[in-house]
Amino acid sequence: MKTRTWQFLVGAGMLCVLATGASARDLTFTGFGGASSERVSKAMLQPYTKKTGIKITEAAYDGGISQMRLMVDSGNVTWDLVDVEGQDLYRGCEEGLYETIDVKSLIDTNDFVPSALGSPCGVGWSSWATVLAYNSDKIKNPPTSWADFFDLKKYPGKRGLRQGPQLTLEIALMADGVKADDVYKVLSTKEGVDRAFKKLDTIKSSIQWWTSGAQPQQWLAGGDVALTAAYNGRVTVAHNQGQPLAHIWNGQIYTYDYFVIVKGSPKKEEALALMKYMLSPEALAAQAKLIPYGPASKKAMAMLEPERVAEFPTAPNNLTNAVATSNEFWAEHLEDLTERFNAWAAQ
Amino acid sequence: MTDMVFDAGNADAVLRPSLRRGGRGALWRRRLAGFVLVMPMLLFSLALFGAPLVQTLWYAVASPEVGESLPHVAAQIRRWDGEGLPPDPVYAAMAGDLVEAGKTRALFHLASRLNYELTGARRLLTRTETRLERADDPPQDARAALIAIDKEWGQPEIWQVVRRAALPVTAHYFLSAFDLRQEPDGAIVAAPAENAIFLNIMARTLWMSSVATALALLLGFPVAYLLANASARWRGLLLIPVLLPFWVSLIARLCAWIVLLQKDGIINSSLISLGVIDSPLPLLFNRLGTYIAMVHVLLPFVILPLYSVLQAIPPTYMRAASSLGASPVRAFFTAYLPQALPGLGAAASLAFIISIGFYVTQTLVGGPKEMMMSYFVAFYATQTVNWGMAAALAIILMAITLIIYVASKRIFGADGAQA
Repeated sequence: MKTRTWQFLVGAGMLCVLATGASARDLTFTGFGGASSERVSKAMLQPYTKKTGIKITEAAYDGGISQMRLMVDSGNVTWDLVDVEGQDLYRGCEEGLYETIDVKSLIDTNDFVPSALGSPCGVGWSSWATVLAYNSDKIKNPPTSWADFFDLKKYPGKRGLRQGPQLTLEIALMADGVKADDVYKVLSTKEGVDRAFKKLDTIKSSIQWWTSGAQPQQWLAGGDVALTAAYNGRVTVAHNQGQPLAHIWNGQIYTYDYFVIVKGSPKKEEALALMKYMLSPEALAAQAKLIPYGPASKKAMAMLEPERVAEFPTAPNNLTNAVATSNEFWAEHLEDLTERFNAWAAQ
Repeated sequence: MTDMVFDAGNADAVLRPSLRRGGRGALWRRRLAGFVLVMPMLLFSLALFGAPLVQTLWYAVASPEVGESLPHVAAQIRRWDGEGLPPDPVYAAMAGDLVEAGKTRALFHLASRLNYELTGARRLLTRTETRLERADDPPQDARAALIAIDKEWGQPEIWQVVRRAALPVTAHYFLSAFDLRQEPDGAIVAAPAENAIFLNIMARTLWMSSVATALALLLGFPVAYLLANASARWRGLLLIPVLLPFWVSLIARLCAWIVLLQKDGIINSSLISLGVIDSPLPLLFNRLGTYIAMVHVLLPFVILPLYSVLQAIPPTYMRAASSLGASPVRAFFTAYLPQALPGLGAAASLAFIISIGFYVTQTLVGGPKEMMMSYFVAFYATQTVNWGMAAALAIILMAITLIIYVASKRIFGADGAQA
């Protein structure tokens, strides 16, 4: 079975290489799939294609820079414009995985929030948060903090967390009583990391790890997990589609997503033009109507209903006891801590 | 490869009598003809099996990064004995080479490589390169300049690591695969407990493969027995469900298991509505679910070789044993089972060798506690792009497979592929 799978993969891989080498491909946008990519497609890509006639291929991934490393190192770049997380903007930019772009030619830098700017490789466009989500049909007495997430007596059942150290360690520390503002200060010491893993040990056998942002909603709806960490926008979208899902804002971990162009993209100019369109206040506002991820542009914010703005991670009411993801911390420690996380999780 | 050598040997044995009749020239002609016929297969194997294998072996020990990215440092550091701090020319070479390497992705490959052996080396290198580049002119006193950027350059550790990594080969990846690490001063010590992982994973790979193989044999033997003793018509019908899984993709089969096993899936909801259980059983994302899916994949590979051996056992032996007074159980164990052993051996070794390569199954129906070695081969190859680590683990996995293959041939005298 294994050899067959491998032979198939190698064969399929060769076919793909031949196919991409032989024919000119369409412009590609790569996002995080599910509800996240759907709103990009509906609010940004489809209108762009209608306006310009340029066809766009959509691809999905679960974050990380490994695929882009392989593309750049092998010289076979099959993605152009990519939606990346903050630490991957830093890591990839430092490694030379992205094209440097002239940010001023794309946007009015005065209109964008500072967190979205500052990198020569990409521009932040939407804020999103990791939150504590639950099934409101099954849980009548909602949890109020990450400490409740670790309380197996009060809320019996499995817990969903994203597989990997990022988010997991922040959540563990908050549950252990660390204030949101101090999370990265504590995590910067070995004692802090030990403390986080020790806290995770207390619920280890109840954790069900997810790898794709679409999974936690399915698990909550299906009753596979009682509580889960999930992305706020996807929870709200599932809720609006009639699923009994809800989340709390206390202890949310928020960050921005960034647009980058993969180094050596054969469609760099086309990707830049698309990026400019996607960063326009109109496009940013349009996508935020489909999912509560806050646009990085103040003009786009002004185009939205106050009720919608109140659902963004960056709305003042949602920011009490919130953690702003430290891209610097994760750019530096992601690999060491992933190694340690793997050893811990496999035990 | 083994099969081919084996076949060539057979061919030689067949040819030999006729060779004696012919002259010396005829012998060589025939040998040449035989060789030409084997040639396409030989070239195919060499190109698609031998060459990648040799390359993988090389990746597991190769250490080209320092030589490629810091050529002058590599040349200079050889003259340093490793005691104290290196002489000035090494510092000057480092300052020059770093800026050069920073112009391409070479610096990143180098920084990653050194970071495997010395945590923090990645940051040290990238930071130093950025500062040196910003300074425009090469520094007059490279030693002072580097230490001014980061005092790590004034410590022996980073230099000892660079010196060792400048050698063309490294034991780092194999050491790591056995939860060992080499200190900058050369001493080999156990990895810190919180980072030790692979010995545990190796033991788990062997254990889980043994359990899955044993379960597949237990379930597969009765089916194979039934197949071997059924009438031709029934046999045809019975073979369909055995062969069917071969025609369904692995992913589709695994997704079907998810539908069946999930918390409110078919199995749990039927059991609850029948009143057998009160709350759903945890069947998915754990060891049990993984075994169920593994055994399902293994069954055809167990049933088919067993069936081919069992159908060759004449039913007269069992009848003879019974007529001599043996109970059915005794007849089975003394007359039947010993003849079935080669089939059991072949089925067991085949199932075990397939098991230790399992990867997709755990990812979809298991959790981190079910991950076996092949998961980590894929993790290092595709997630962190650490080819050395992926190669070292793959080689160890292959060595285990070879040992099992040879051992099962010795014990059962059967060749898994032939049965």
